[in-house]
Amino acid sequence: MMKNETSRIRPKPRKNPLRWVIVLLLILVYVWALAGVPFTGFKETAGQIMKAIVAGIFSPDWAFVYLPEGEDLLRGLLDTLAISVLGTVISAVLCIPFAFWSARNMSGHRSISGAGKMVLSFIRTFPEIIMALLFIKAVGPGSFAGVLALGLHSIGMLGKLYADEVENIDYGPSEALLASGANRMQQLWFAILPQVMPGFLNYTLYRFEINVRSATILGVIGAGGIGTPLIFALSTRNWPRVGIILLGIIVMITIIDLISGYIRKKLV
Amino acid sequence: MKGQSNVPLQNAGGVGKEPGSSPAQVVNRPKPPGRTKHLLTLVIILLLLWASAKQTDASFTELFEGFPNMLDLLREMFPPRWSYFDNIVQGMLETIRMALIGTTIGAIIAIPISIICAGNLMPSRWIYYPARFLLNLIRTVPDLLLAALFVAVFGLGPIPGILALAVFSVGLIAKLTYETLETIDQGPLEAMTAVGMNRIQLIVYGVVPQLAAQFTSYVLYAFEINIRAAAILGLVGAGGIGLYYEATLGFLEYDKTSVIILFTLVIVLIIDYVSTKLREKLL
Repeated sequence: MMKNETSRIRPKPRKNPLRWVIVLLLILVYVWALAGVPFTGFKETAGQIMKAIVAGIFSPDWAFVYLPEGEDLLRGLLDTLAISVLGTVISAVLCIPFAFWSARNMSGHRSISGAGKMVLSFIRTFPEIIMALLFIKAVGPGSFAGVLALGLHSIGMLGKLYADEVENIDYGPSEALLASGANRMQQLWFAILPQVMPGFLNYTLYRFEINVRSATILGVIGAGGIGTPLIFALSTRNWPRVGIILLGIIVMITIIDLISGYIRKKLV
Repeated sequence: MKGQSNVPLQNAGGVGKEPGSSPAQVVNRPKPPGRTKHLLTLVIILLLLWASAKQTDASFTELFEGFPNMLDLLREMFPPRWSYFDNIVQGMLETIRMALIGTTIGAIIAIPISIICAGNLMPSRWIYYPARFLLNLIRTVPDLLLAALFVAVFGLGPIPGILALAVFSVGLIAKLTYETLETIDQGPLEAMTAVGMNRIQLIVYGVVPQLAAQFTSYVLYAFEINIRAAAILGLVGAGGIGLYYEATLGFLEYDKTSVIILFTLVIVLIIDYVSTKLREKLL
């Protein structure tokens, strides 16, 4: 603790001499950004449409929830869920080798793990919706393209999180096993896996929450799920239907988040 | 997963799996979850997978049959037609503008909202619980859906994209900020209350200095996410470089598409790098 005399003559906190330059730069950036946006005022119909959408949300098209002939809300949501479940599981399996590759304590040399991390961040920056566009070209439009896109894109994030988990393991148990004569497989199975499993499951569930959100938009480009009827309803200006689909999405995501959050809390 | 509560009974039941361990040790150790529980979990997951595969018509034969198509596609994407680069620079700049303005608007709106959501600054839970509920509702709607909605309302162009990003940023920044707000040091606040400051003064002099660095870091984080989002918002007509995907894919000009993808990757990586460095300096 400081003495009284020193606190009296304590200098004011030093200010960064460059801060005016930074402020000026920021102002310039914002001027550039704002000048580039063609702000021509809103369409005169904007208010009306807004009102119609809000009205649609409050008086949704309940009949759309279940239609006997298919293409209804429940089946759309089910499709979305199925896409995200499969996509998550595929990536959770595929990312394991990537995770061990890019974990610093598993790869022999820093450059090897660094290369793994580069690959993962490359996969991460590649948007899932663009991947879905490419997969649609390969397997045709439909849910399967969405599954593949999510499965591939999620490797980027899951691989990185798994790798962090692997890097943080405690070597005690595996050394103890080694001392009692266990081979490498046995070490992996009895010492390393039990340590990383809770973390892996936690991250997988977290990614599942994200994937459910992503899967709702995949339909926008024709990769299955609830997005397709939503875009269709938007383009035909069927606001009550837009309302019920939005409600369905919000309810589904909220429930998924609750369940997944509950399981994750129990895991950790 | 909790250990079963019947620990004292364990000896009597004779379930000890390790024959070598003495009984005294076994008593203190929580029993691992039984084999049936693992089996049941596995069965449920497999059932879920099977049902999902059926629902999405996933088939590996289709994937293998489609695989040559994809290789063809990749072959057509390379070499990229670099001359197309000049056409998309404007689109990329618009993407950056959209992300910048959207994040800024979102950050400004997020400040009052995060204060309303913080349990330690609001007088009653009747204020902050409903506010948090609304915030969670906003966060459930993905950004591309917001953009599609705003395009329907405001027409094509960057304006609906900016609005979508702004709403999305409010959800993200406000959540992170109010969670940090609840962990701030109460000492200065109590001292200020003791000398008779009102709630506004409390926030300006007691809360803001403790929060500024973290808040800036969250805004930068939101900006990183928004750059990625802005790059695809064009798919629904909300401005930015995403517009060019449809233009090139529609005409089967895949060598141009690859230029767009590569350009976006480079910009995103640069912005991520700069932003991460800045955030490391801040905290």
